[in-house]
Amino acid sequence: MTKRIALNVDGKSHTFEADPDMPLLYALRDDLGLNNPKFGCGKAQCGACTVLVDGQPVRSCVTPVDSLATSKITTLAGLMQNGKPHKVQEAFIAEQVPQCGFCMNGWVMATVALLDTTPKPTDAQIEEAFAGLKCRCATHMSIVRAVKRASAA
Amino acid sequence: MNHQINRRQALFGAGALTVTVLMPGVQARAQTIGLDKRPPLDARKLASYISIDQDGGATAYYGKMDMGQGTDVGVAQMVAEELDLPAARVTIVMGDTGLTLNQGGASSSNGISAGGVTLRNAAAEARRLLVQMASKRLGVAEGDLKVENGVIIAANDSTKKVSYGELIGGRWFDAEVEWNGQKGNPLAIKTIAKLKDPKDYKVVGTSAPRRDVAGKIDGTQEFVSDVRLPGMLHGRMVLPPVAGATPVSVDESSIKSIPGVQIVREKAFLAVVAPKEWDAVKAADMLKVTWSDVKPPFPEQKDLYNHIRAAKPVASGGANTNIKEPEKVDAAFKGADRIIEATYEWPFQSHASMGPACSLVDYQPNGETRVWTGSQKPHYTADGVAAILGLKPDQVRGIWLPGPGSYGRNDAGDAAAAAALMSKAVGKPVRFQSMRNEGTAWDPKAPASVHTVRAGVDKEGKIVAWHFHSKAFDRLDVNSNESFPGHTLAGQLIGSPLKPGRVYGTPSESYRFPVKQQTWEVIAPFLESMSPLRTSHLRDPLGPEIHFANESFMDEVAFATGTDPVEFRLRYVSDPRDQELIKAAAEKAGWQKRTAARRVQTGDLATGQGIGYSTRAGTRVAVIAEVEVNMKTGRVRGKRFVVAHDCGIIINPQLLTQTIEGNILQAFSRALYEEVMFDTRNVTSIDWKGYPILEIGDTPASVEVVLLDRKDQRPTGAGEGSMRPVVAAVANAIYDATGVRLRQGPFTPDRLRAGLV
Repeated sequence: MTKRIALNVDGKSHTFEADPDMPLLYALRDDLGLNNPKFGCGKAQCGACTVLVDGQPVRSCVTPVDSLATSKITTLAGLMQNGKPHKVQEAFIAEQVPQCGFCMNGWVMATVALLDTTPKPTDAQIEEAFAGLKCRCATHMSIVRAVKRASAA
Repeated sequence: MNHQINRRQALFGAGALTVTVLMPGVQARAQTIGLDKRPPLDARKLASYISIDQDGGATAYYGKMDMGQGTDVGVAQMVAEELDLPAARVTIVMGDTGLTLNQGGASSSNGISAGGVTLRNAAAEARRLLVQMASKRLGVAEGDLKVENGVIIAANDSTKKVSYGELIGGRWFDAEVEWNGQKGNPLAIKTIAKLKDPKDYKVVGTSAPRRDVAGKIDGTQEFVSDVRLPGMLHGRMVLPPVAGATPVSVDESSIKSIPGVQIVREKAFLAVVAPKEWDAVKAADMLKVTWSDVKPPFPEQKDLYNHIRAAKPVASGGANTNIKEPEKVDAAFKGADRIIEATYEWPFQSHASMGPACSLVDYQPNGETRVWTGSQKPHYTADGVAAILGLKPDQVRGIWLPGPGSYGRNDAGDAAAAAALMSKAVGKPVRFQSMRNEGTAWDPKAPASVHTVRAGVDKEGKIVAWHFHSKAFDRLDVNSNESFPGHTLAGQLIGSPLKPGRVYGTPSESYRFPVKQQTWEVIAPFLESMSPLRTSHLRDPLGPEIHFANESFMDEVAFATGTDPVEFRLRYVSDPRDQELIKAAAEKAGWQKRTAARRVQTGDLATGQGIGYSTRAGTRVAVIAEVEVNMKTGRVRGKRFVVAHDCGIIINPQLLTQTIEGNILQAFSRALYEEVMFDTRNVTSIDWKGYPILEIGDTPASVEVVLLDRKDQRPTGAGEGSMRPVVAAVANAIYDATGVRLRQGPFTPDRLRAGLV
C-alpha cells in the first residue's frame, strides 16, 4: 500500500516510501525529521502545521503527501537565508511575539504569504488572511505589531 | 534531534560517544560549570541554587518554570542585581529535575514572588562569600571592596581586583543555607547576606529581553513534540465513545494490516503503538473495540445549572467572614431597608491548549527512566511517572521542553502517565501525542458554577450586609499537579485510587462592608472516575467566574442605589493601593460617570464601558473594557481595554506588559466564546469548531496598561491577576451599551440576542 514519494522541501529533494494518503505533516515530521510544522488539530482549524507550497500557505495536516511531487515546499526554517532571518521573522523577534511559541509557525508563514502579495495590508486584509489561525496564549496584540513592523520594513 | 540515553555522557561530554544536548544550553554549559563535580542536589546547599561560571558569569538553577512570559528573565535580573552582574551574564537552568530542586514548577503566579526570591537570596549569599574570598586574596577589608560587572575591586586602589571567575569559576560553592524544610511552592531559604536596597537597583526594573524568542521564530527551538530517541515508537490512546465505558473486547485483526503495530491494554487503558506515527494514528482509528454498556453519565447540557442548584453538597467552606456569629449575619440582612440579589452561571471551560499534549517516556527499570514533558511542573510529572511505573522517585528524571502552551493542569500531565504505561508495556521509548479531541474534550476542565450574591442596603443606599455564595463542581477532581497516578486520566483508567480535593474558593478584593460573608458548596462530579469533565486548575483558577459574579453584582447594586460604578467601588475599597489603582484606571480610560446604562448607539452598533476590579495574592488589577455590540447580530467586539496593574515592585516592565496583554485577551476569549459542550454520553466540543476561541478579528484596537510600580513593596506576581476582572468588565460594558445584564457566560451572540428581545 505504500508508494515512492518525492518531495522538495527547503530546496532539498527527498524520496521515501509512504502511504499516499498520509498527510504531508507526518512526512515532514516523521519521515524527514523536520520540526517546524506542528500538529495542532489535524483538521485545518488552527494553522500550526502551515507550510508554503509554491509560495501559498497550505495546512499540511490535511494535504495528502502524494499531491506535491512537482511543488516547492518551504518550512519556517527554510525562510532563513544564509543564516539570516526573513524580514517577517525579524519583525516577530523584535516584537518578542511568542509566548509558548507553538502556533508561531502558522502566523509567520501566513504573514510571509500575505506580505508577498499585499505588502501594505489593511486591518481588514490582515483579518481575512489570518482567519482561522489560533494563538491560545493570546499574543494577538504582539502579532499585529509584528505584521505592521514587517510590512513597514 | 536524537537524544542519547546516557545522562552522564550527555551532561559531561565524557568519552568518544556522540553526545547531544538534553535541553538547550545545558550541555554547552556543562563544561564551563563542571557539572560532574557538582554536589548532589540538596536544598541546604548553596550549590543547588547558584554557581559561578569560568567566565565569571553566574548560573542559577530554577525549580519553577517559565511558560513563555519571561519569568526566567525576571529571575535572571533579580540574581544579576544581587551579584552586580548585567542580566545577560546570568543563565537560568530550568526544567530538568536532575539539575534543579523542586520549587513547585509554574504555579500560583509565584515564579517571581517565591521562586525568584529564593534564587535572589542565594545570589546575595554568593556575593557575600565572593567578597569574603576577595578580601582574603587582595588583603583588603570587605568594607573597602566594591563590585562592578563581576569584578571585585578595592574602592581606593583600582589595581587591586579579582573577578568572580578567578575566585571560584567552574568550582562549586561549599556553603550551606538555612532551608525551611519545604519542597515545591513553599520552599524558601534564609542566608546571612544582606539584600541590596531596592533604591540601588540597576538591573531590576529594566526591560531585559526574552531568551527563547528567536528560536521559536527561526525554527531552532526544540519543543517536546520534537524529541526523538533511537528505536522510539509512536503511541495513540483509544478512548470510549460514552464517558465511563471500558473496553470489553478488542479485535486485534482489525489493525493487522498495519506494520509493527502493538496493542497496549491494562484494565481500561487502551492504546496502540507503532513505529510510524501515521500508522499509530490510523491504528487508533481502525481498532475495533467493544465497549461496556454504561448508563450515559451526564444530563443534557441545558440542565447543567439546574443540576448544580439541586445537587446535594459534598463539601462546604468559606472565608473572610468578618462576623463569626451566623445570627448576626441574618440580623444584618433583616435590618436592611432592602435586599438585592442576583445569580450568575458559568460553564465548564477547557484548557484547549494550542496542540494536544505530547510526552516521551523511556522506561528503564534498571537505569534511569526519563520523561520528556511540556508540563509546567516537571518535578511532579517525574514523581507521577515513577509512581505509575512502580519506581522510586529518584529513578525517574523529568526533562521539560516547551509544549503547546500551558495554563495550569492541562493534558500534559495525563500524556506523561499514558506514555509511561506504553513504554513499560512495549519495552521501548514511546512518544505519545494525543489527538485534538483529547486536548479539548478530555483535558481537565475548569468547573461549572452558580454564584448567588445578596446585598442588604440601608435607607441611604449603603451596603450593610453582603453574602457571596458559590455552588459548583469541585475545583480539583484531580490535583493541580500529576504526581499521584489517580490524578491522571491514565491512572484512573488503570484503577488508581482517587483523591478529589473537594474544595472551592471565594472572591478576593478589599471591600469593607459592615457584614461580609463569603461561602461555597461543592457538589459531586457526574462521573467519579475517567471523566472528560473532571476538574482541575485553569489559569487563574475560579478567578474569572467568581469575579464575574462579584463585580457584575457590584455594578448591579451601584445602579440600584443610583451610584456611579467607579464611585461605588471607591466607597468600599479599603486598601489605599486599590483606591489609587481604580482611580488610575478610571482616569486613563476617561471614565464617564453614569447611574444607569448609557446605551450609546449609532446605527446597529452600541458602545459601552465597564469596570472590573479584583486582587490576587497581593497583586491588584482594575480593568476598564470598552465594547461594541451589534444590536442585530448580538456580536460583541472589544474596542479598548485599560488596565491598571499593581504587583509590587516591577522587575521587567516590557515583559510584564506583554504578559498582561495576553491575560486580557485570553480572558476576553473565555468571556465571549468558551463553553464546554456535552450530551448525555460525552463531551461534544472536541475541536476548535466546537470550542472556538478568540481570533485575529477579535483583537481590540488597544490594550493600555498603567503600571503602578511599588519599589517599596515585594513582587506579588503577574501571571494571572489581570485575567481575573476581565469577564466582569466586559459584562458591565455590555450592560452599559445595551441595558442587557448577562448573568450567564460566555457572552455569545445567542445570549445577547435573547437579552435584547
